[in-house]
Amino acid sequence: MAEPINPPRLLPSGDSAITVEFSRTIDDAANRRVLALDRVIAAEPIAGITETVPTYRSLLVHYDPVQVTFDALGEQLLARAAKAPPSEVGTRRWRIPITYGGEHGIDLEDVAKALQTTPDDIVARHAAGDYRVAMIGFTPGWSYLSGLDKSLHLPRRKEPRLVTPAGTISIGGIQTGVQCLAGPSGWHLLGRTPVRTYQLHRDPTFLLEPGDAVTFTAVDAKTFAEQDRAAEAGEFVAELVTP
Amino acid sequence: MSKLVVTSIGPASSVQDGGRPGSQRYGLTPSGAMDRLSLAAANTLVGNEPFAAVVEIGPFGATFTARGGAVRIGLAGASRNADIGGRPVAFDSSATLAEGETLNLGFARGGSFSYLAIEHGIEGEPMFGSLAVNARAGLGSPYPRPLQSGDELKTKAASSGAERRIELPAATDAPIRIVFGPQDDEFTEENKQLFLDSEWKISATSDRMGYRLEGAVIKHRDGHNIVSDGTVNGSIQVPGNGQPIVLMPDRGTSGGYPKIATVITADLGRFAQTSAGRPFRFKAVTMAEAQAEAIKFHALLHSLPDRLRGIDDFGLNIEALRDANVAGQAVNAVDVSTWQVALP
Repeated sequence: MAEPINPPRLLPSGDSAITVEFSRTIDDAANRRVLALDRVIAAEPIAGITETVPTYRSLLVHYDPVQVTFDALGEQLLARAAKAPPSEVGTRRWRIPITYGGEHGIDLEDVAKALQTTPDDIVARHAAGDYRVAMIGFTPGWSYLSGLDKSLHLPRRKEPRLVTPAGTISIGGIQTGVQCLAGPSGWHLLGRTPVRTYQLHRDPTFLLEPGDAVTFTAVDAKTFAEQDRAAEAGEFVAELVTP
Repeated sequence: MSKLVVTSIGPASSVQDGGRPGSQRYGLTPSGAMDRLSLAAANTLVGNEPFAAVVEIGPFGATFTARGGAVRIGLAGASRNADIGGRPVAFDSSATLAEGETLNLGFARGGSFSYLAIEHGIEGEPMFGSLAVNARAGLGSPYPRPLQSGDELKTKAASSGAERRIELPAATDAPIRIVFGPQDDEFTEENKQLFLDSEWKISATSDRMGYRLEGAVIKHRDGHNIVSDGTVNGSIQVPGNGQPIVLMPDRGTSGGYPKIATVITADLGRFAQTSAGRPFRFKAVTMAEAQAEAIKFHALLHSLPDRLRGIDDFGLNIEALRDANVAGQAVNAVDVSTWQVALP
């Protein structure tokens, strides 16, 4: 086994949670270590942990201080983090339909202008991406994806929008993301997917897991409308490619 | 089938319970009562599980009418003028509305949220094991939104048991205790000290997602944009304008502002009850102290059934003393075993 590189920092988040921080920046290698620690904890549970929340650069570990102290849990987390992570074999890969531009992606043309290229070129580069769910947060099912082509990196909007549509796929900074519910956003809206990453009364309620691989397939607005109706009725319109 | 009909209610009032932890990794916020001790006390008064669903009532008044039979209720949290058809009702006690009677609740005094538990609980369809309203995510039952007049809370008919009251620790005005972190290193020692030395007020624009603080401007060492990471109830994040926001049970599960400190578990409910505009301070404690307090708070929640008393078991009217605003001293001066006033 290779020598473990920099151990993570243990940051107190109150008396009932520890932030295990691997990096202070968005960093693909750090995110892989976050997801690896999450898998190790799932495989070898530690008494007192109530839930874990993976993010880009850290794993938030909620625990019950009646069962375990900060110091004792911290030691166990560092030991788990130093272990060889379980392999990523079996990573699920999703193919998600998206209709780009027009009423469903109102920022596509402005993004093309800002990046001095054509909307078709933006679509081609975005749809060619091989993404990974780095974290899910903010609102139910809002999936932050890493792996955005560097040529699509663009600062967030100066004025966030108070409402953006359900299913929006957008870019912001060096990230792209799939949101499930309508809500506020400061990102640039490229398109929409009929896929519900979160749907109550469906099994599973949450479609994507942190660590899942994602690719996009461009579909036309008519296909979007058909799939949107099917998805509303509870059908899966995302395609599970592997395993 | 009895029901409690909401005949009038103000904003920030909704069905809440212990919340729905366990799915924060999917972006699902836990929600749940702002003041868990008062939630558990109200439920204990009517024989419910401590974290069963209740009505969390915001600062304004509200009225409820029993239909289809008698309804027994337990009241805890921020106290108010309360009566049932003109009969005064005390907080931290149970009471029964006969069919057709109306419970009138005034404005909250000395707090923001009151808790109305209904004996046998509120009927609803649990979502992720909880009836708690999270309006943004469309969750909650029987209504996935704040309560409105005309809403009906279905339950079973009141039992014939005696009314009870519950003896809770005296209220305190002590500073709200915090532990620094997770990102206190984004702030200079000078600014951390300023955070502790300042007098703060909660802004009127606060809600169940977060309490905005007004007071000193807390400056960051190098900018206010960090990479989003996970949040907890009580996370104190500092956005670009330097005015902290304390994250509450409807918070986003992740956030991108540096978090200077976290309110300790034992003080979360007391902090949630701090009225807008009322000055308060923070006090830093060590992790060991915070965890010892969390364990004591856990024990307090589990001691509630032992704190029930008969409604008439006093030699003096504690509620009247509390209303006269001398509660802290007066209640402490009563010997709990005899309910006689102990002279200092």
